[in-house]
Amino acid sequence: MPGQLVGKILRSPFAHAKIKKINYSKAKALKGVFAVATSKDSKERFGVLPITKDETAFAIEKVTFIGDQVAAVAAIDEETAIRALDLIDVEYEELPAILKPEKSLEPISNIDQKIQPWSKYEGNIFKTVNQNFGNVEKAVKESPIVKKGKFSFNGVTHAFTEPMGVIASYGSDKRLTVWSATQVPHYLHRSLSEVMKMPMHKIKVIRPYVGGGFGGKSDPFPHEMAAAILSKKTGKPVKILFDRDEVFISNHGRHPTKTEMQISANKDGEFTSLEIDALIDGGAWGSFGVITTYYNGVLSLGPYKIKNFDYSGKRVYTNKPASGAMRGHGAVNSRFAIETLIDEVAEEAKIDPCEIRLKNAYEANSITANGFRITSCGIKECIEKVKNASGWDKKFKKMPYGKGIGIGCGFYISGSALPINWERMPQSTVHVKIDFDGGITVHSLAAEIGQGSDTMLAQCVGEVLKCDMSRIRIYSRNTDTAPIDLGSYSSRVTFMAGLAAKRAAQDLKNQILAAASRIMGIKETSLIMENDKIFDFKNNNSISIIEAIREALHDSGALHGKGHYQAPNLNPDLPRVNELRGKESEKGMPMGGSHKGAAAGLSPSYSMNAYVCELEVDPETGLVKVEKVWAAHDCGKALNPLSVEGQIEGCIHMGLGQALMESFDYNRGTGRIENSNLLDYRCIPPTMMPDVDVFIVESEDPEGPFGAKEAGEGPILPILPAVANAIYDAVGVRLRNLPMTPEKIISALGKKK
Amino acid sequence: MTLIPFPNKKLTKKIIKLDINENIYELAINPNDLLLDVIRYKLNLTGTKRGCDMGTCGCCTVLLDGEPVLSCLTLAIQAIGKKIKTIESLQENENMHPIQECFHTEGGSQCGFCTPGFIMTSFALLKKNKNPTDEEIKQEISGNMCRCTGYIKIIKSIKKAAKKMRNSD
Repeated sequence: MPGQLVGKILRSPFAHAKIKKINYSKAKALKGVFAVATSKDSKERFGVLPITKDETAFAIEKVTFIGDQVAAVAAIDEETAIRALDLIDVEYEELPAILKPEKSLEPISNIDQKIQPWSKYEGNIFKTVNQNFGNVEKAVKESPIVKKGKFSFNGVTHAFTEPMGVIASYGSDKRLTVWSATQVPHYLHRSLSEVMKMPMHKIKVIRPYVGGGFGGKSDPFPHEMAAAILSKKTGKPVKILFDRDEVFISNHGRHPTKTEMQISANKDGEFTSLEIDALIDGGAWGSFGVITTYYNGVLSLGPYKIKNFDYSGKRVYTNKPASGAMRGHGAVNSRFAIETLIDEVAEEAKIDPCEIRLKNAYEANSITANGFRITSCGIKECIEKVKNASGWDKKFKKMPYGKGIGIGCGFYISGSALPINWERMPQSTVHVKIDFDGGITVHSLAAEIGQGSDTMLAQCVGEVLKCDMSRIRIYSRNTDTAPIDLGSYSSRVTFMAGLAAKRAAQDLKNQILAAASRIMGIKETSLIMENDKIFDFKNNNSISIIEAIREALHDSGALHGKGHYQAPNLNPDLPRVNELRGKESEKGMPMGGSHKGAAAGLSPSYSMNAYVCELEVDPETGLVKVEKVWAAHDCGKALNPLSVEGQIEGCIHMGLGQALMESFDYNRGTGRIENSNLLDYRCIPPTMMPDVDVFIVESEDPEGPFGAKEAGEGPILPILPAVANAIYDAVGVRLRNLPMTPEKIISALGKKK
Repeated sequence: MTLIPFPNKKLTKKIIKLDINENIYELAINPNDLLLDVIRYKLNLTGTKRGCDMGTCGCCTVLLDGEPVLSCLTLAIQAIGKKIKTIESLQENENMHPIQECFHTEGGSQCGFCTPGFIMTSFALLKKNKNPTDEEIKQEISGNMCRCTGYIKIIKSIKKAAKKMRNSD
């Protein structure tokens, strides 16, 4: 952009330290430096969840992880900006860093030990969740089979290929425009408004094409605030681009977690209870952490019938980069534990792992112990598909030592029924406009991040208007023109924005048909729209869609359709929530329980899946070679089968990474991420990808758009336990710590001997 | 955190000529300017992407005399006298290049950020080997990272493109 400056961020070299003094006069004096910003310029707290705003543009008084933003400069070019950072003197007083989550559970003796001293929480425990349904103690006592295990999961991160980047431009019209690689323009819009103390209508957020997100670009970020602050200070556009190290430092990836789990079953292998205890390492900020804490428990309540359930989850602050939402948010780690314990139950009950899953699986139109409403439900079909396709019966326990086969299932939400911000606005709105040129313009704020949401919107509109797809153009990048949408996370886009688009198109269609009816002199109900034409089959007559549009314009001057989505009413006994939501919600059976946290994990629909994985373990080296994956996923209806397959294959890639290789390695002394680059943080390379057979199961969701539900996140869940179960089948060891590296496998084999 | 080493003094710019996509550009550059930065920021050819700055992701792949190189590890002055080819030059008429077309139709591209790098790598591969096996493709694209597709549809796209190109030869 003309006059654009380069912004660079000065980051904390300590995991925990007080900031005694910042002197940036030398940096400011350097030729080519336009502005330096620190916490003096902004003290406003923000965060994605309105109840846990704990982030600031710049560290105030203390830094809480290596990489915390301390100051930022805006300069004429990158070189000058980097030189200026070197000239900023920051005097720190180091504090003992709390790096182990267990340490954060201990009571604190002085305020310096508290990572977020201003927070309302006691000590460093960020969120505690306790939920009990039924009577676990009684169930366990009466159950002949009880299996338990301690699991641990290293932190992993999204590793999207495009680093974060932002340009902020505060103009002489006193408006702020921010281009940012974000999954949720709306949350960024809100946070900018709070931090910059500007009304939302004076801020425009533009989402360019985003190079992958996987949850890692769904929080509003401090660097976005820094760019806005620097632009306002200089009156010039300021661009901040992250290098790869900064991307890793910003993290917001999957929480490192320690999970203790126990599952009980009767002699027939019917599950009688589930008990989960999770200690979740949140890092220095809240992010989506409250939701994560609930999800680690409640998303374990499907796809199997479990009446008795105890969950105790704690998410704690530590002096590490924040953990946040990542593909399969909150469900992946617990799912790994359940699915491996289920195999142990099956073994003791002498039931086939596929059979035990089929036996316990929910049917359509069920209610879980905690009140989730399962409508469409293709889990049994998924299990049967992969069992048959993989030749399971001929392979399980029948292959030579070193070769193994394993199954895993999954269960995930299609968007959250209760939005993060409790208010009366819809979760998605879509506007559709047709004008004289016959082009159909769709306005939405659902964020295209590579998953195909723009295509999905076009399909939903095109399917209703039965027109040539080339007429449709999607405008989904600009908050000035887009109606509300809560963005691309939580696997909500197809379900919610898709329904809104379908309804907007229907609104428009009604107007076009009314106009056609006037031209053709026949009732609207006798008209059919197809192939860019409107047909009256009774009289063998037709007109072009353009003719009808022009007639409709004649009447109104503008042709707009609008549609929205708001999840069905929650349980009427849940106070506050329904008061806020009122009659705008979808009609239908109220959903959810009325206990504390009843709305967490509550979704208008759930996806299900089952994968079988065949692999080979080299008992000498511990190396695992995953040879083939049969993957069945119930996405309700595949609006775009190519895309659904792509999501499933991508999920398998990412899940195999967490299962076998990926891990954040923190320096135990300093808390620095030791492998903050794409060479040492090891993702699965093309040479390690197995063959994948995808089976799309279509259970036709009764509420989703054309029967669709999610396909972007759920498909990651089954692959991790399927690998672990196959390793057990191959060499007889159960691994409970991810990633399952060759070292761990060798060591487990050694112990077995 | 940025570790780009700058010399103590500002360097003197030099005038060089680069042959990019069969156009000759006369440019004033620093001796330490990366080919990637010159392509993206001086010439605005933003199809070449910057993903990691250390040769680990392959998003910045361009061809130098027909061979794929990582432009983030190549100095602009190293490219003097060589033919540089970027993604922008692939489409020669109103239609996409067969490799581009197949990445589109086979789902080889999701977010698209890694796609130019993969396409340049495949372009070089298919010049040398008109009918590569899955294994050969996997080896060849190992220097490129994709986080969306799990590589499966990328490999399919390349195979389909190879077939298409063989048929039109």
